[in-house]
Amino acid sequence: MAKVVFREERCKGCYLCMDVCPKKIIVVAEDRMNAKGFRPVEVLKMDECLGCAMCATMCPDCVIEVFK
Amino acid sequence: MQQVFKRPDALCDVNLHYCPGCTHGIVHRLVAEVLDELGIEGKAIGVAPVGCSVFAYDYWNCDMQQAAHGRAPAVATGIKRVRPDNVVFTYQGDGDLASIGTAETVHAAMRGENITIIFINNAIYGMTGGQMAPTTLPGQVTQTSPYGRDPKTQGYPIRMSEMLSKTDGAAYIERVSVDSVKNINSAKKAIKKAFQTQLDGKGFSMVEVLSTCPTNWGKSPKEALEWLRENMMPYYPLGVYTDKTAENKAE
Ligand SMILES: Cc1ncc(C[n+]2csc(CCOP(=O)(O)OP(=O)(O)O)c2C)c(N)n1
Ligand code: SF4
Ligand code: SF4
Ligand code: SF4
Ligand SMILES: [Mg+2]
Repeated sequence: MAKVVFREERCKGCYLCMDVCPKKIIVVAEDRMNAKGFRPVEVLKMDECLGCAMCATMCPDCVIEVFK
Repeated sequence: MQQVFKRPDALCDVNLHYCPGCTHGIVHRLVAEVLDELGIEGKAIGVAPVGCSVFAYDYWNCDMQQAAHGRAPAVATGIKRVRPDNVVFTYQGDGDLASIGTAETVHAAMRGENITIIFINNAIYGMTGGQMAPTTLPGQVTQTSPYGRDPKTQGYPIRMSEMLSKTDGAAYIERVSVDSVKNINSAKKAIKKAFQTQLDGKGFSMVEVLSTCPTNWGKSPKEALEWLRENMMPYYPLGVYTDKTAENKAE
């Protein structure tokens, strides 16, 4: 079991995390924007998360915490 | 569940001002992780440059100093000489380090100053709006090379790691990239080794990091990483350019 937590207000919508996720479970949150005006990302199928932290390693803004 | 990835303590808990997808943020985090892992946050002193990373003094929890454009290695030299027990590093862009600050950089290496330089090569002047840098590639379009850099009139891009590796004072020089998870992990190892080189008193260390400037390259963050791989890596090959840490140890 693993999970990722996004500090959404810090997200700049660069979407580099989406690209490196081996499970391709990170998606754009189409229903909202953060205070900066970016559409943040979210994971809907958290049960598929590997806890590999590739997303967090790639994130330039330290938005992602990973638990395993 | 245990936390397997968290924000490093040495990275201030503030918003970074960089553009979306700018790799300056990745390198800031790597430096902070290394400060944490080596347990040197309390004795590190960083020197921020002029360039997009001018506000770096707000981003690391260690003591910070701000240098005039290009002068960070000279400022770091002064700090290190009066406070030899502190760990002194600079963080500089390519315009800062390889253009206006070339003299300071070369002579710091020549003197074998026991400092560490983190050199962000994004092949452009980011902060000022995308002018040609000494590191801009042949054919690369910038605000001041609108037809692409032509080496016949604008000279050839400067390879700092190769050049400084020929100086007697340089103890450790490596070029890395932050375009992929694998390369980010290697970049962190290099940064750690550079700081360790200083801790062991072995002399001048520099890590050149191939980075992106999506905004002034006119690309999406993802396209910028691809452009880095396809264009920067062939001209600026990754690797260790000098490593005298073993021999310096023997002395
Ligand atoms: C003495 C002086 N000359 C020129 C400038 C204008 N200037 C500010 S940043 C910069 C170049 C920054 O490029 P780089 O070092 O590559 O950093 P980047 O923004 O790309 O990270 C220049 C020329 C200045 N601030 N001071
Ligand atoms: S990499 Fe970070 S800033 Fe970029 S979209 Fe993902 S969480 Fe947001
Ligand atoms: S930890 Fe790995 S599997 Fe989970 S979201 Fe991040 S990249 Fe994807
Ligand atoms: S201008 Fe370029 S180098 Fe500066 S913050 Fe934006 S993307 Fe990064
Ligand atoms: Mg630059």
